[in-house]
Order: sequence, then C-alpha cells, then structure tokens
Amino acid sequence: MTAVVPETATPLVRLTDAGKNYGNIIALRGVTLEVSGGEVTCVLGDNGAGKSTLIKIIAGLHEHTSGSYEVEGEAVHFSSPREALDHGIATVYQDLAVVPLMPVWRNFFLGNEVRKGLRMDIGFMRETTKKELLDMGIDLRDVDQPIGTLSGGERQCVAISRAVYFGAKVLILDEPTAALGVKQSGVVLRYILQARERGLGVIFITHNPHHAYPVGDRFLLLKRGQSIGYYRKSEISRDELTALMAGGAELEELSHELESAGGASADAAKILGEEVHDLGIDRVSTKEAP
Amino acid sequence: MSSTLETRPGPPPPAASDERVARQSPLSRLLARPEVGALVGAILIYIVFFIVAPPFRQPESLSSVLYVSSTFGIMAVAVALLMIGGEFDLSAGVAVTSSALFASMFAYQFTLNLWVGVAAALVFALLVGFINGYLVVKTGIPSFLVTLGTFFMLRGLNLALTKAVTGNVATNDVSNMDGFDSAQKVFASSFTIGNVSIRITLLWWILFVAIGTWLLLRTRLGNWIFAVGGSAPSSRAVGVPVNKVKIGLFMGVGFLAWFMGMHNLFAFNTVQSGGGLGNEFIYIVAAVVGGCLLTGGYGSVIGAAIGAFIFGMTNLGIVYAGWDPDWFYFFLGALLLGAILLNSFVRKRAEAMR
Ligand SMILES: Nc1ncnc2c1ncn2[C@@H]1O[C@H](COP(=O)(O)OP(=O)(O)OP(=O)(O)O)[C@@H](O)[C@H]1O
Ligand SMILES: [Mg+2]
Repeated sequence: MTAVVPETATPLVRLTDAGKNYGNIIALRGVTLEVSGGEVTCVLGDNGAGKSTLIKIIAGLHEHTSGSYEVEGEAVHFSSPREALDHGIATVYQDLAVVPLMPVWRNFFLGNEVRKGLRMDIGFMRETTKKELLDMGIDLRDVDQPIGTLSGGERQCVAISRAVYFGAKVLILDEPTAALGVKQSGVVLRYILQARERGLGVIFITHNPHHAYPVGDRFLLLKRGQSIGYYRKSEISRDELTALMAGGAELEELSHELESAGGASADAAKILGEEVHDLGIDRVSTKEAP
Repeated sequence: MSSTLETRPGPPPPAASDERVARQSPLSRLLARPEVGALVGAILIYIVFFIVAPPFRQPESLSSVLYVSSTFGIMAVAVALLMIGGEFDLSAGVAVTSSALFASMFAYQFTLNLWVGVAAALVFALLVGFINGYLVVKTGIPSFLVTLGTFFMLRGLNLALTKAVTGNVATNDVSNMDGFDSAQKVFASSFTIGNVSIRITLLWWILFVAIGTWLLLRTRLGNWIFAVGGSAPSSRAVGVPVNKVKIGLFMGVGFLAWFMGMHNLFAFNTVQSGGGLGNEFIYIVAAVVGGCLLTGGYGSVIGAAIGAFIFGMTNLGIVYAGWDPDWFYFFLGALLLGAILLNSFVRKRAEAMR
C-alpha cells in the first residue's frame, strides 16, 4: 500500500496540502487530492473526519485557508459556489441544498434556470425535471409539489439528478446513498459509472465500502481532518479498505478492547471480529463493478 | 450542458392514471394558492359593507376605496417581494416622506426644475434601499433591527432637516415651480370614466402589481426571490447570488417609496415632515393578509394587492357605515390575526398535500 504518485497530465481538480480552519477549529489539514476526467475518487472517513469540509472547498462554499487548489492546472480561490459551477463543478450536498417550500421543478433548475428571452421556459423545465427523475426510477406525481413534501430519499434523488444534469466536468456527491433504498442506491452507483464513462471526474463520499469499492478508482481516507491514506484501486483490497474505514477500524478497535477484557467479552470480541471480516466479503453486489 | 443518462433497467412506465394523485382535489389545489384566503376575506368584507353602509354602494365610493388602497398597495408590492425574499423594511413608511421632502427641498432651495428634484430623490431613495440591504447582507443582523435603526434615522432626518432648511414642519408649496404640471400629470392626476373620477395611482398600482407578479412567477429573478427567502444557504450553494437579490429587493422598496413620495408631493404640493409614520406596518399587514409568510419563501404580489384593498375597504367602509373610526385599528388587528391563522392553516394543507 503506497501513496499514489501524482500524474503527469493535468488533473481536473488538484488540492495540494489543503487545509481549512473554522476559527480555531482545524477541520482539515494537509490534504492532497487529484481528480482526473474519467476517474472516480472516493473519500472515506468517520463522522466529523472532514469529508464535507473537503468537498465544500472544492465546491466553492468555503475557501481553503492553507495549501492550494487548482482547477485544470489553474490556481483558484472560489469565493462562491457560482464560480465553481461556472468551472463545471456540480455538487450534491449532504444537506441537499433544496428550498423546501419551492416546487420540485423550481428546485431542480434553481441557479441554472432555462430562459426564453426574459422569461423562464417553464414548460421545458417541468418536463425535464419529470423525465430526469423518471430516469432515476422516481415517478413523481407532480413536479409542482413543494420539495419539502417529498420523502428524504426522493429529495436526495432530486438533488443527485440535478447535479448529474448540470455537472459538466466534475461531479461531487456527499453521501448520496445514505438515505436511499437498494434500487435507488444502485441507480446512483450506475450514474457515477456513467459519469465516469462520459469523462467526468467524480468525487464520491460515502460511509459504505460496498458502494465505494466497486465504483472507485482512488480512495482517500480521512481521519480527524487529516489524510491517513490515498490509494489506487490496485493498491488496496476491499477488505483492507473496509478495515481502514470508519466502522471497520472502529469495530476492530472495539474488538481488541473487548478481547483484552477476557471472559464473556472475548466471545463478543470474536463475533465482532468476524463481523468486521464479513463486512468486507458479504453483501457486495459485484455486478456494479466495472 | 444537458446530458441524459440512460439507465439499464428501464424506469417503471408512468401509469396513465396514478392512483396516488387522485387524492388531490382541484379545491385543495386552489386552496394551496397563497392569495386565496385574502380573496375570500375581501369578498366577505365587501359584502358586509355593501349591506351595512349604503354610501359604500356608490361608484364614487369604490373609486375612493381604490385610491386609498392604491396608495398603500403600491408600496405593498415591494414590501411583499421583500418579505418573500425573507426580509423586512421598517423604514419603508418614513422613506416615502423622506423622498418627497428630498425632492421638494432640493428643487426649491436650488430653484431648479422640479424634475431635477424628482430625479435626485430617486437616487436618494435607491441609496437608502441599498444601504439597508447592504447592512443586512454584510452584517447578518436581522433586517428587523437594521431597518429599525434606519427608520429612526430617517424619521429624525425628516424632522430636523426640514426645520433647518425651511424653519417649518412642512416644506414650501411647489405648485408654482417649473415642471410641476407635467410631474403632477405623471404622479398625481386623475381622469373620469362615465362620471366617476379615478386617480392615476390606481393605474400605476395595477401596473406595478402586474410587473411584480410577472417577475415573481415567470422570471429567473422571481425564482431567486422565493429561494433566498425559503433558504438562503441552499440558494447560495446552488449558485444564486443571494446578497445581490436581497439588496435588489431593498432597492425595490426604495424605488416604490420614491414613487409614493412623488405622489404625495404632487398631490398635496407641500410635505409634512412627520408623515408616513406607522405606514410600514400597514404595508406589512397587507402583505401578510395577502398570504406572505413572515419567515419568507412564500407569498404573492396579487395577495398583497388584495390585502391593500381590504385595508382600503375597511378604512373607508367604517366611515361610510357611520361607525366610530376609532374602531378601525381594532378591525385591522383582528383582520391580521385572522389572516395569519388562515394562512398557517392553508400552508399546512399545502405542505401536507401528499
Ligand atoms: N461551520 C463550521 N464551524 C465550525 N466547525 C465546523 C463547521 N463545519 C464543520 N465543522 C467541524 O469540522 C469537522 C469536520 O466536519 P465535516 O462536516 O467536514 O465532517 P464529515 O466528515 O463530513 O462528517 P459526516 O460523516 O458526519 O458528514 C467537525 O469536527 C465539525 O464539527
Ligand atoms: Mg459530511
């Protein structure tokens, strides 16, 4: 397991030693990351590891406070998400960034309204929203209903299909499968693969190694705001990834702790240890793998 | 930029008749519109005064009601848009007077054509709106507080500056100055239809309501107004220029405050420096009665117009009915409460459509 050697071709997005402080809280420190076209980079880590902070820098929501950020070789300092969007970087935020009281179609096109002269082309936007959501397997009754009335998963699908629709070069997904059922998760993973085939760079944040491993080309592991590993797929196995990840690592720790206590705890530790192992091999849908 | 992705297992074909849609009746769809409560209220109030106040039935009375409604309704257009955008402007009432004072004294003191004063007042009013908006978006302090500050500042400025310049509580009569006649035609003339005299502010009101509604429902800017009021962080995240929209909305209030100031100036020829006080609440009442949510993100310009019409009807209807006008504010408060209750009911329905 060695670190990825930087490529010679200019990547779409390159963070070098990037860091972010919120006042005196260091949320992210010294993270290096590259995303090239036709490549999926997975970012993995515990809750609070700094994953969202990382993608908020790339998406232009926050400015990095140290290190450098380059888009297609050009150093950038985005002061608003608009600038990132104008560079073709679209994001699905963890909180989805939707306006609950607004109709679904208005949310879908918010910030990217299609216009006919001065007016919005409402017919086109309605139909497109309906169609894009159907493609995701979401059959909405009515694209005019406030998005706040959709279920959490449906809302997530709207946010994802919106980013897929507008993401020209780089697509960022912050835990897109967290609230989704099996079928929609499958669709999201397929979207990620299709985006890769179209030559987009994808940054995929997830807690689930079974979602990450099949679609990812590179894996960045974060812990307490720092990078604890950056691997190509060839350099890491699914089991190793699972063990390194949030959950896996913790379970292992937990298992060791229980083991040292002896007695009944040792049995529990055994079960936990098996679980850690099982997590890596079972329940993996290999058909998602490229 | 559009790229349609194919999914391998085809999506379920859209059912011709979706069994889940049937539950939503056309009535509940109508009820989900923000202005429907105000419309029902307006019809009821109209019927009540039609029955109890015989003078109310005269066409001239309707014309007077519409005039009073328009003087508040024009401001309510901008105030409603601002409220949908998630902000308040408590300085809106005195800003009307400030604009009128500014135009009048500027032209009078420098013996200029009144139109120069009118133009200078426009710059002034837009600047006040800009400052309000800029302070709100840059400091993040609630607009309620920021504009409370500018409200007091303008109020003091109106009184003090007028006294300093004219030595009086009102400005000098401008009716003999250059440009008065043409300006009066634009801002404060009237015309007759049949034998009913109609004030030109009614036409301006209709025009501003039409523009405001079109802007809100049909343009990108309208989408952004709903969005910044509904959730500013989400709007920013998807690339909406939140600060610009909000500042623009405050400047919209400034623009219409200027317009109403010009109406007052050319309708009365002189401006009382203490005027306009308390009107900011009536604009807000009109917007809320018309279905605007105090928390932003929801509402309608037509609703605010209906709200202003309700205000005008009640204001004059009480007089026509021969009741003690002191009751007016009691009714106004009751109306506001009723509207808020109705709106929260309607909105819960709208949100619970599924
Ligand atoms: N606006 C903020 N102000 C202060 N601290 C913040 C802010 N946003 C995040 N943090 C802190 O930065 C750290 C990283 O947060 P971040 O949201 O990036 O975690 P995450 O890896 O996305 O977690 P999760 O898996 O729960 O989404 C956390 O400790 C969090 O408390
Ligand atoms: Mg997160």
